[in-house]
Amino acid sequence: MDAVIENLPLFLEGFRNTLGLLLFSGIGALVVGIIVASLRISPIASFRSFATVYTELVRNTPLTLVLFFCAFILPYLQFSPGYFQLALIGLTVYTSPFVAEALRSGINGVPVGQAEAARSVGLTFGQSLSYVIMPQAVRMVIPPLINVFIALTKNTSVAGAFFVFELFGVGRRVANDRGDEVIAILLAVAFFYLIITITLGQIAARVEKKVAVLR
Amino acid sequence: MSSVLYDAPGPKARARSRVISVVGLVVVLVLLAWLVWALGAPKASANGAVQPGMWDITRWDVFSDRQVWLALGKGVLATLQMAGVAAVLALTLGVVFSFGRSADHKAIRIPTTIILEFVRGLPVLLMMLFILLVFATGAYWAGVAALGLYNGAIIGEALRAGIQSLPRGQREAGLAIGLTPLSTRFRIEFPQAFRQMLPIIIAQLVVLLKDTSLAFIVGYGELLREGVRNLPNFFGERYQFSFFLVVLAIYLAMNMSLSWFARFIARRSGPKAGKLVVDPLAPEPIPDTSLSVGAGTGADAGGGDSR
Repeated sequence: MDAVIENLPLFLEGFRNTLGLLLFSGIGALVVGIIVASLRISPIASFRSFATVYTELVRNTPLTLVLFFCAFILPYLQFSPGYFQLALIGLTVYTSPFVAEALRSGINGVPVGQAEAARSVGLTFGQSLSYVIMPQAVRMVIPPLINVFIALTKNTSVAGAFFVFELFGVGRRVANDRGDEVIAILLAVAFFYLIITITLGQIAARVEKKVAVLR
Repeated sequence: MSSVLYDAPGPKARARSRVISVVGLVVVLVLLAWLVWALGAPKASANGAVQPGMWDITRWDVFSDRQVWLALGKGVLATLQMAGVAAVLALTLGVVFSFGRSADHKAIRIPTTIILEFVRGLPVLLMMLFILLVFATGAYWAGVAALGLYNGAIIGEALRAGIQSLPRGQREAGLAIGLTPLSTRFRIEFPQAFRQMLPIIIAQLVVLLKDTSLAFIVGYGELLREGVRNLPNFFGERYQFSFFLVVLAIYLAMNMSLSWFARFIARRSGPKAGKLVVDPLAPEPIPDTSLSVGAGTGADAGGGDSR
């Protein structure tokens, strides 16, 4: 136990970095995901197929490979803004198709009748989207979106293997120094991860209950 | 869905969208061409030495060596072996977890629920490290155990959701004809839940295959370690990019064929499940599959797209 208490500042620094990775790559993935999702449902065929190809390619690439590309290949190609930033790029790219899919399935989940009703009472494209479709879609999208962020939280641990000093990296380093207390150290790391994931999970459950659309 | 949102385009709008489409295509192609060209251009490094471009023959000649392909094949086999063993473990644990989670006795149900919550909230990588350091199992079994445990938890939740979504009459009928509660679950409820959740389970196995690459970090010699670490170390750093591209292509081929298969199964078993289908609009009951290929495929096959 004292290995954890002694190294508490390290753990807190790791926790901060994990939160930083989560926050910035979460925002980045949200932005890219919204763009990809809107390309995916756009009326223009080549935009649609571009977004589809992007989603398929990125979703079928292992995260480790994406982060390896960011941590080793990009610097090799003489682009190196620092490992934290490189990990942010990797996590953003990797998470964006999942965000896009969550958004798209939310929009697709609104029954067609809603759109038809909106159109038939004379609302324009913009009006029916902003008054009828989006308010419903957003509700359905929030729980799966939170789940994407929970998964992102867990995925940030992979960045720890590529020179970013976050929770997993802290755990690995402290466990190397104090081989006698491995269990306590790793449980401490697990505890910090659970703080984030269980909190997000509770939020998702609550939001789900609150905004559930009655059908 | 999106087609209802605007009027059917007339000839003018169709022509315009065709023009935009072509322009968009050209922009993408130009960007790609620029990327390829930029990668291929020779680079002068800081000390003035000029390095050949990424498509230069000196960066690719290594692939005429049979040993390289043998090493890559060995990596692929190691990856598939880990994925296969872990998949069997995950399915077994999934069944066990789903039974424990929906058991009648509190003494079984509550501990299982806590274990599941705990396992699903943790990164697989952390579990691998934990098993590796605490049980000193070696990288292979650490990877297999962590992947099996994590994906087992998710498959267990999926199966439980499947059992829960069955009409109550199924269980009541089983009990009424005199089956014990356990054999009702085994012989009546479970087979139906399994078939219904098959797309989600296969999608989770795709995730498992992808996640074997995490074992790279704890030191298992699978495709990623073999391809992007060992081979460039042996043949020289100038091949790093080439090896990366080849490994990427192999991963894409493996994962895409498996997720294509998942989609095929989803399409086939989707309508057959008929009335038993869980409301596809209901929010995902299984938190973690949202990052899986499956959540999308499963829900889409259920009805998302067809509406």
